[in-house]
Amino acid sequence: MNIHFFKFASFLYLFGTLAYLAYILFLNGALSKLAVMIISVGFVSHTLALITRYVEAGYTPVTNLHESLSFFAWMIIGILLMANLKYKVKVLGAFLTPIALLLMLFAFALPKEILPLAPVLKSFWHPFHVIFAFLGNAIFTLTFCCGVMYLIQEHQLKSKKMGAITKRLPPLNLLDDLSYQSLKFGFPLLTLGIITGAVWAEYAWGRYWNWDPKETWSLITWLLYAALLHQRLTVGWRGRKAAIMAIVGFLAVLFTFLGVNLLLPGLHAYSNW
Amino acid sequence: MELLVVGLNHNTAPIEIRECLAFSEDKMEDALAKVHALPSIKENMIVSTCNRVEVYAATRETEKAIHDLKEFLSRYHGVSLKDFEKSLYTHVGEEAVRHIFRVASSLDSMVLGEPQILGQIKGAYDFSQQVNTSGLILHRLLHRAFHVAKRVRTETKIAISGVSVSSAAVELAEKIFGTLEKKTVLLIGAGEMCELAARHLVSGGVEKILVTNRTYERAISLAQEFRGEALLFEEMGLGLKKTDIVISATNSPQYLIGHDRITKVMKDRKQKPIFFIDIADPRDIEPKVGDIENVYLYNIDDLQKVANENIKDRQKEAQRAEAIVQDEVLKFVNWYRSLDVTPTIVALRKKFEEIRKKELEKTLSLHPDLSDKEKRSLEALTSAIINKILHPPITLLKQTNEEAMADLYLDALHALFGLPEKSLETFLKKAEEEEEKEESNLEDAL
Repeated sequence: MNIHFFKFASFLYLFGTLAYLAYILFLNGALSKLAVMIISVGFVSHTLALITRYVEAGYTPVTNLHESLSFFAWMIIGILLMANLKYKVKVLGAFLTPIALLLMLFAFALPKEILPLAPVLKSFWHPFHVIFAFLGNAIFTLTFCCGVMYLIQEHQLKSKKMGAITKRLPPLNLLDDLSYQSLKFGFPLLTLGIITGAVWAEYAWGRYWNWDPKETWSLITWLLYAALLHQRLTVGWRGRKAAIMAIVGFLAVLFTFLGVNLLLPGLHAYSNW
Repeated sequence: MELLVVGLNHNTAPIEIRECLAFSEDKMEDALAKVHALPSIKENMIVSTCNRVEVYAATRETEKAIHDLKEFLSRYHGVSLKDFEKSLYTHVGEEAVRHIFRVASSLDSMVLGEPQILGQIKGAYDFSQQVNTSGLILHRLLHRAFHVAKRVRTETKIAISGVSVSSAAVELAEKIFGTLEKKTVLLIGAGEMCELAARHLVSGGVEKILVTNRTYERAISLAQEFRGEALLFEEMGLGLKKTDIVISATNSPQYLIGHDRITKVMKDRKQKPIFFIDIADPRDIEPKVGDIENVYLYNIDDLQKVANENIKDRQKEAQRAEAIVQDEVLKFVNWYRSLDVTPTIVALRKKFEEIRKKELEKTLSLHPDLSDKEKRSLEALTSAIINKILHPPITLLKQTNEEAMADLYLDALHALFGLPEKSLETFLKKAEEEEEKEESNLEDAL
């Protein structure tokens, strides 16, 4: 059952992406509204996919790569829908929806069977660890998109090109503000994710910190974002520098999440995927 | 009835002639009444702005009406027709419809897409309604024109971006700061250029104006005008620290603001973005200043380039707008052509239908034993016969473009079949009601 909901959600994210593309082309407000409607329905279907999988599996479905990718995408769309309520940055969805769609496609290509839970994952803390970490990551995805948009828009304005791109992207201050706000939410969540992970590690392996590649890389990610937050708060970093840092931070997020699993062996590689 | 427009605009007539022929507001009622008094004119309306003077009219005698209107313009303004006849254009029928649709959509304006013209046309229409010189045809025409203007505005991006240097500056500021509300502008120099640019930013929502000038007195007087604050020229640094936007237009022969100074200022500002608009010639601000992070520097040429881009955009959008106009002209002309013949067609159909029903009833009452199936067959047979008979004349009526021929056919039909005289007015009123219903439905749907 969960796979049907999952597929349906993926389809809607695809159509949402197309609607957003059309919006960017024609700058017609109705299209962005349509896109939001489509992905909202997609989000509901996706939520049902997660719930049914939870019921079918009997555990929180964040235990293998298929599940994590799907969960990550779900969070991204959730964050997007929330950001849409507060900020009038319609074009944001045109960045986030395709990312969520890619994650879904990737998840779709992976083994989707529900397997008995590995003993090491049978922990009260494990779901919390994953939920916090992914919520943080999803918010950082938003920060990343803001950073990319900021750099493009800044380049347009600096090079005095006031063309189609400038018109489609939001004002600089809004991008910077959204980037900062999301950082303020994302950072504590990432921190919580790492702490709950450490607690879980203590239960699972008997040590809070094992210096396995995943842990090392999440520490690197954490340090990058900590540095960005620190510079923003004290030196008044903003704009370009902050945008570049947000992009670097997100690359670290991606590597921690995917790169480590695929390239580096370690304790987190508890299943093939 | 034929629609026509006689007039001139910024393309056909120089300002001197336009001035001579313009109708001031206080004379409008009088002028409208005088045009209406012309026997050839059934309905009329006058549009008079600084860029155009146009008389719209509905008439049954096109040639005479054109002549009368030209005479009227000459007589009313006491200008010999010879002096301005070359500047006049005349559009009749479909072309007149297209003309007013284009004018209302600002496709015929000097500044493409400027929004004032629609209001001016609405004003002209209101005038003609007050003195009752516009009737059902102009009424319908104008409502369609407003509808077209609205479509053009919402379906194309013709009016989205500013085409003047000042509006380009406002647009850029909005891309940097999001909104101009609660923003501060520092004017360096108290000349006319500064004032003009500042005025635009204030109307864009800027909250506070700081003025600094070598002659302090002039800074004070300009500051007073904007209810702003004057700074001594030596205090410029203070202003640079506080402001979000700087407009500089002094006569200084060398750079007034250099790279190193702004680098320092940016530290004091904690890197808060700043937007420099250098409209001085020679320039006041060292170009390298624009390389500093969070500093955006535009000089007058840059702004002009942005404005030109916007003009190009508008021209592209104008092509799409023309397609909308074309579409609406066809719709209007179809409706308008059907005006003369439709009441007759309706009456003719009704007459035949009445005959058919009566005869059918007679036959059916003579044969009460007919089955339902047979009754239905009779029904179908009689309907088919009248449809076949009516088809050629109705098609002919609908396709006759020439008014004289159409009138001939109409008179003949009325005489031959003894159709009741159904006035155009009642028909128009009905069409109007339907139109309004349709439009409110459309708005509900949107």
